[in-house]
Amino acid sequence: MIGGLFIYNHKGEVLISRVYRDDIGRNAVDAFRVNVIHARQQVRSPVTNIARTSFFHVKRSNIWLAAVTKQNVNAAMVFEFLYKMCDVMAAYFGKISEENIKNNFVLIYELLDEILDFGYPQNSETGALKTFITQQGIKSQLTKEEQSQITSQVTGQIGWRREGIKYRRNELFLDVLESVNLLMSPQGQVLSAHVSGRVVMKSYLSGMPECKFGMNDKIVIEKQGKGTADETGKSGKQSIAIDDCTFHQCVRLSKFDSERSISFIPPDGEFELMRYRTTKDIILPFRVIPLVREVGRTKLEVKVVIKSNFKPSLLAQKIEVRIPTPLNTSGVQVICMKGKAKYKASENAIVWKIKRMAGMKESQISAEIELLPTNDKKKWARPPISMNFEVPFAPSGLKVRYLKVFEPKLNYSDHDVIKWVRYIGRSGIYETRC
Amino acid sequence: MCVADTARDVSGNAHCKSKEAEIKRINKELANIRSKFKGDKALDGYSKKKYVCKLLFIFLLGHDIDFGHMEAVNLLSSNRYTEKQIGYLFISVLVNSNSELIRLINNAIKNDLASRNPTFMGLALHCIANVGSREMAEAFAGEIPKILVAGDTMDSVKQSAALCLLRLYRTSPDLVPMGDWTSRVVHLLNDQHLGVVTAATSLITTLAQKNPEEFKTSVSLAVSRLSRIVTSASTDLQDYTYYFVPAPWLSVKLLRLLQCYPPPDPAVRGRLTECLETILNKAQEPPKSKKVQHSNAKNAVLFEAISLIIHHDSEPNLLVRACNQLGQFLQHRETNLRYLALESMCTLASSEFSHEAVKTHIETVINALKTERDVSVRQRAVDLLYAMCDRSNAQQIVAEMLNYLETADYSIREEIVLKVAILAEKYAVDYTWYVDTILNLIRIAGDYVSEEVWYRVIQIVINRDDVQGYAAKTVFEALQAPACHENLVKVGGYILGEFGNLIAGDPRSSPLIQFNLLHSKFHLCSVPTRALLLSTYIKFVNLFPEIKTTIQDVLRSDSQLKNADVELQQRAVEYLRLSTIASTDILATVLEEMPPFPERESSILAKLKKKKGPSTVTDLEETKKERSADMNGGTEPAPVNASAVSTPSPSADLLGLGTGPPPNAAPAPASSGSLLVDVFSEPASAVTQLAPGSQENFASPDLASSELVSEEPSEAARGADELTHKFVCKNNGVLFENQLLQIGLKSEFRQNLGRMFIFYGNKTSTQFLTFTPTLICSDELQSNLNLQTKPVDPTVDGGAQVQQVVNIECISDFTEAPVLNIQFRYGGTFQNVSVKLPITLNKFFQPTEMASQDFFQRWKQLSNPQQEVQNIFKAKHPMDPEITKAKIIGFGSALLEEVDPNPANFVGAGIIHTRTAQIGCLLRLEPNLQAQMYRLTLRTSKETVSQRLCELLSEQF
Repeated sequence: MIGGLFIYNHKGEVLISRVYRDDIGRNAVDAFRVNVIHARQQVRSPVTNIARTSFFHVKRSNIWLAAVTKQNVNAAMVFEFLYKMCDVMAAYFGKISEENIKNNFVLIYELLDEILDFGYPQNSETGALKTFITQQGIKSQLTKEEQSQITSQVTGQIGWRREGIKYRRNELFLDVLESVNLLMSPQGQVLSAHVSGRVVMKSYLSGMPECKFGMNDKIVIEKQGKGTADETGKSGKQSIAIDDCTFHQCVRLSKFDSERSISFIPPDGEFELMRYRTTKDIILPFRVIPLVREVGRTKLEVKVVIKSNFKPSLLAQKIEVRIPTPLNTSGVQVICMKGKAKYKASENAIVWKIKRMAGMKESQISAEIELLPTNDKKKWARPPISMNFEVPFAPSGLKVRYLKVFEPKLNYSDHDVIKWVRYIGRSGIYETRC
Repeated sequence: MCVADTARDVSGNAHCKSKEAEIKRINKELANIRSKFKGDKALDGYSKKKYVCKLLFIFLLGHDIDFGHMEAVNLLSSNRYTEKQIGYLFISVLVNSNSELIRLINNAIKNDLASRNPTFMGLALHCIANVGSREMAEAFAGEIPKILVAGDTMDSVKQSAALCLLRLYRTSPDLVPMGDWTSRVVHLLNDQHLGVVTAATSLITTLAQKNPEEFKTSVSLAVSRLSRIVTSASTDLQDYTYYFVPAPWLSVKLLRLLQCYPPPDPAVRGRLTECLETILNKAQEPPKSKKVQHSNAKNAVLFEAISLIIHHDSEPNLLVRACNQLGQFLQHRETNLRYLALESMCTLASSEFSHEAVKTHIETVINALKTERDVSVRQRAVDLLYAMCDRSNAQQIVAEMLNYLETADYSIREEIVLKVAILAEKYAVDYTWYVDTILNLIRIAGDYVSEEVWYRVIQIVINRDDVQGYAAKTVFEALQAPACHENLVKVGGYILGEFGNLIAGDPRSSPLIQFNLLHSKFHLCSVPTRALLLSTYIKFVNLFPEIKTTIQDVLRSDSQLKNADVELQQRAVEYLRLSTIASTDILATVLEEMPPFPERESSILAKLKKKKGPSTVTDLEETKKERSADMNGGTEPAPVNASAVSTPSPSADLLGLGTGPPPNAAPAPASSGSLLVDVFSEPASAVTQLAPGSQENFASPDLASSELVSEEPSEAARGADELTHKFVCKNNGVLFENQLLQIGLKSEFRQNLGRMFIFYGNKTSTQFLTFTPTLICSDELQSNLNLQTKPVDPTVDGGAQVQQVVNIECISDFTEAPVLNIQFRYGGTFQNVSVKLPITLNKFFQPTEMASQDFFQRWKQLSNPQQEVQNIFKAKHPMDPEITKAKIIGFGSALLEEVDPNPANFVGAGIIHTRTAQIGCLLRLEPNLQAQMYRLTLRTSKETVSQRLCELLSEQF
């Protein structure tokens, strides 16, 4: 149970302060500022305990959001709420910045009143919230009917969707967004790798449609494949093993538990249908081969080769390789075949950027780093080379098999709905030791 | 170009938005500087200075800097002041002593010192002082005195040199050579330049504290300098006049310097007295300025002058004037002044000349106690009251302190309680007042009354027949209050248990009423108090046979007999059996009234000293003790045992377990039952008394361990034999210690039985595995000594302590000592430790008191040449009769006073108890102070015993 919620700017000034419970005093605001924001040593842990009070914080650009409690709460719940809070704010006024928060503080207090009640998180579905918390100033008074409709919807069984939505074109968009994380040894051995993915759906459907979502989940495929033996062999390759997944509140969990089918009535607009994680059979889009040679005390030669490892027809985008340099670097010369490379002193790294790269290609950079001799005996720790990219497929191998829409009351069928599916694979922490 | 410019450069004109931004900015700047320092390009002095300055700034922002040192050293050889300055600044902040550059730096400093350019010399001296490391001292400690006393050195350099030398002397005094320069430094006190004088005074004061002889001549110079300052008009000293006070800092320093020495010879003294009088006079003058700085400076000089007066303690006139002056400050508006005045008065109170004068301010001080808002000032007031207390005003002061106690700050309550307890005891004219005061104390601040305080009341009540009846009556009345503090129940339980019979005649306090009153408190008390009350009940059985059945019923009840606490259960069982089995005669003997406690230094005083730290109170106490010795000789405890071999913890001390059994001390009531069986089997010879509250006698592990810690660990390093010798005269201590293991002992012996607690302390943080201590006795020893142990737990956790009990029975006399062998696994390796257990024959000694003629009669009976052993040996330790006495008592025999015609000789007697025989022993120790020799003669009824005892005892002196 969250006792209070504070939003600070980068200087530690309080922008928003909302206290839900009496056990949180005014001094909690200062305690967080002094011990975390202004701490001499940068605070890495998102949970800080000060005088038996727990502070959970997330940072969005220069803004600190901190939830405070004196009780032993579920930390995951608090962070989930904080992220949701960020999403809600972003949906209302765009980027979370000091200026935006200052301009919308009445709205934020209104939102906080709605989505947190005595410290218990409530409905934080943006679509539903937007029906009764508006930004347009004072609108003409709602009719009684409308008011009662909002009440029945918010308190009803399907709180995330209102009735009577009508679209001329029934359309839906499915995005499979994945981020792939990797740690690789210099010899090319995978030390750890996992993909965390999200399925985001944007729906513009009339009425109260019943949807059913299918993907190449190993369990489902095997269950179905039991009847025909030859099919299991074929589809077994393509199915993936999902380690764990979580769903949006609209998904009927009982049905998932019993039949492992994902059926739901979607909220109107954009929402995150599910989140999942896989660790097996990951397609690693890039391979980084580092070569570091120390020439005497004052020189370092670095050569890095990257190889793209996917279908030649696909194009990877926004590729960025970051090669850390020692702290006593006094000069860098870089030669690269493709893209642009630059030594960024403020980040102690060589940053190599490539706009586009097709599959099954390779590219190379070589750099000479001059070092200043120091009297410090500490050896350079050789931080890993990290990489950023975006590829148009799902590195986990996930495929959307179907998304069926049924609306028994209105006369449109599954065939009339226009469906779009998109896969985006991004890099998470994608590192290779050198 | 200054640091501020750099700051602007480095952190950018706009302040960085966040920490990350700042780090980025700094990384960029560092990379830039690195590329500039790369070495292939030659930088001009200006940019070198600029970048070094930037690096310094970045370092001060909290980032690591690991380059640029070479450039900074290069700057040192520049000829420009600003460049040199930045170089020195960088080096004094950033260069650590083990750097390889230190030689270059030292070279540069040497050059600058030799340069004759005062600013460069100044910079170099500042750098040396700022770094102030041992290496710097090694390099320059010889050089700086030369600069200091050279005739042609500039004043400002002299000043810096004096302060630099002071700094080096403080860090490594051994490296600063004393030589002929010292006498010339003293003459700097005559220097024209007051700045030089001030710096030199600081230096001389510090040096004089270590070598007072060498700087003796400074006294007269300081006095004349001081008198010149004091008598000068405020305008004479121009720059050194601070808000109309001439050279206050210098005056204070000179006065401090004078405090290093005793009062000077009469000629100089007259002049000094004049100075001090002038200072006191000036304090009376109306202030020349309303500014706070003026009065601060003036008062600083005044207070320093007063502490000099107190230090000299020779001029009654000045002391009284100082006291009056302080008296004025007591009511001053300024809190700090009141505080300082009270503090100085505390020391004044201990001087015989001004004690009376201080006493005149008692009303003001008491008033301060009541009305003062600042806690620290109130505490000083309490200190002062304590210091000014004597017999004439004790009652008033104690009453005031008790009053104040009710509202006192929690942090100082315990100290006040101790002080009240001490004053009440020390200046008690009539002990009924004392008892009243202490009971009041417990009533008002029971929680803050430490054990020592109520132990002391009981000691005093037991030692003085005249107050016992009154004490019993008062505690009885005090106990009738519906809610009384546990400490009061303890005191009440003890006193009624001892002296309840004195008030039993009154029908209002008949035995049954007394018992019921105590028992009504029983269930509200903690376990130790309940244990004490159980002992009281058994004492009641003896005192009042008529309520025996009632008490037996209580003892028999399930809540006692089946109590979860072992101690209570055991007491209940044992006391119940004692009351049913033993005849009235035995009961009367066993439960006889406690014998008087030996007089010794009050443990409360010891506690107060411990609380306050040794320096302050001790001196005060010493002086006070001397003064009050004649006033209150009887109760002033003579420090008999103060010089004893070991100083046991106060609680053990009180009940006489510590240094060895004092005559008739009550041994511990049995905790295993075996000792109690003895009481029954030998009732005639047993002079055991069960003391209420004697559970303190039990060797509780906590107590033992706290004592173990206090022993100096270096003792473990000595040879094994020596270790055994150490334990001949004492029972507790550290037997063995290395990096892994500490073995502590605590033992008690009675007649032919003994019990030894061995504490094995794991000093590491890892477990000991298969920890097996074994006792190894030779065959011969086995037949003479019966040892029984229980195995201990084979694993000892890191930092933990395990206890092992060894029950010892002496069958016949023996010479060897059993060996304790300990094997355990630490980490992967097997450890093996063997030590001799200090179980020696003298442990089974029981002291026997006898008169002179008895002694000589027995001495003659044992005239058989085999029975006598004589040893003449050289003293190994200083021949202090008090220590010798303590050792003989610790050895186990009784020390017989006034037996030997020569009072310098020591005579002892005792019986060695073994199962087979009891061997009487007589001993005589004749010290020869001129030759530093002892002659020790022992006569016992058995030859081997004489031999062994003589060996053991000879090693002790």
